[in-house]
Amino acid sequence: MLHIEQEINQLKSSLLEMWDLVITQLENALQSIVDGDKDIAHGVQQHEKRVNGLELAIDRICENFIALNQPVASDLRYVLSGLKINTNLERIADNACGITEYITDTEKEFDKQMLEIMEIEKMLLQAIEMVKDLREAFTFENSTLARTIFKRDKILDKINENGSTQTLICLEQFPNDKRQALHLLSIMRKIERVGDQCKNIAEEIIFYTEAKVVKHKKKGKEKEK
Amino acid sequence: MNPIISTQDVNLHYGDFHALKSISMDMSRNSVTALIGPSGCGKSTYLRCFNRMNDLVDGVKIKGKIEVDGQDIYSTKVDVVELRRNVGMVFQKPNPFPKSIFDNVAFGLEVGGISDKKFIEERVIRSLNQAALWDEVKDKLKKSAFELSGGQQQRLCIARALAIEPKILLMDEPASALDPISTSKIEELIFSLKKDFTIVIVTHNMQQASRVSDTTAFFYLGELIEVDDTKKIFTNPSKTQTEYYITGRFG
Repeated sequence: MLHIEQEINQLKSSLLEMWDLVITQLENALQSIVDGDKDIAHGVQQHEKRVNGLELAIDRICENFIALNQPVASDLRYVLSGLKINTNLERIADNACGITEYITDTEKEFDKQMLEIMEIEKMLLQAIEMVKDLREAFTFENSTLARTIFKRDKILDKINENGSTQTLICLEQFPNDKRQALHLLSIMRKIERVGDQCKNIAEEIIFYTEAKVVKHKKKGKEKEK
Repeated sequence: MNPIISTQDVNLHYGDFHALKSISMDMSRNSVTALIGPSGCGKSTYLRCFNRMNDLVDGVKIKGKIEVDGQDIYSTKVDVVELRRNVGMVFQKPNPFPKSIFDNVAFGLEVGGISDKKFIEERVIRSLNQAALWDEVKDKLKKSAFELSGGQQQRLCIARALAIEPKILLMDEPASALDPISTSKIEELIFSLKKDFTIVIVTHNMQQASRVSDTTAFFYLGELIEVDDTKKIFTNPSKTQTEYYITGRFG
């Protein structure tokens, strides 16, 4: 194996480690909401430092890779997309951590019915599946799988668009839990951001594998294919 | 594109060895074209077609059409000396004459029959300026060219080539024997010369090709595999062989 390929493998394994960490953060955030488990929420917040540390380590790997190997063509696209994927993964983890702060801030568990109205569990499960599929798309250079993310992000967007209406319903139905309703709206917004970050990662995987820039494409063009 | 160099179906044999296989490619005016590829791929042979340097090799046979500024340079009517006046060349190793710095640059003009001392002096100064060497040698023009460093000698050779005002400058690995500072100066020079000349450069240094050229052509086993905009070649080449070569995975 060429030296440059070893370095690429090192970057790949570090990114996959980051991916696993982020998936765990999201899964724990989901569990802490559903179970109202503050310990798990605290665990997510503590692990955030590990995510940040790994983000810095991957940035350094990319910087060294560019400085020492002067990559071109697919190697260059790999490291450029790796840098952006790293940033987006870290932001997803930030959102997972942000979600858990509403759990540690709430005195009692979220009301199950309210969670249902706001479709929080459905959204988070969808976001987790998207992050997992992106991991697979990245591992196997599967741009077709990466492309499925665009439509799936729209599902999250749609739920988020109805967020204000659903919040009003919660406020009416649970007049004594207004704070919870507002917290859930904030959580919804964060999950929607995770969807956007997944979309960014999908764009980077397509850029790396196909040398195509699909971001900022108009509706009906590339992303709808 | 209004090409200054145009080649169509060029085949070149050294005896039985088929060194260039049906090469067709144009080079535009005031551009830098880099020829890249592994040793023995034909890139230097192709470069030497443009000033008929291959004519000097025993057993060489060239077929196809090569035009410089619209003129078929392999036509029997072509004056090879005049062709080489229009198509200058700089080699891998600096090769100054055992003369003074001034005389090295003036040599081509004097051999060409120019005797006007003032004209020669002005042209020498201009050429040394164009070659970014004037400031370093203006106080020692009568000193031997061999007193200069390797990088300075190479720029002197470029000044010597420029003095006779060629249209095209061929460079065969011009910086491969130089340190990074001298290499950087040669690369800056190539960039600044582009406005007045058309440059074709053979290089083994991928970073150099990507830094200095507008167009890059990849050769392999005597064939032109791919020619395209340098940005395209180094970000997303069309051919797998090119990708493998520029990323160091060839073979």
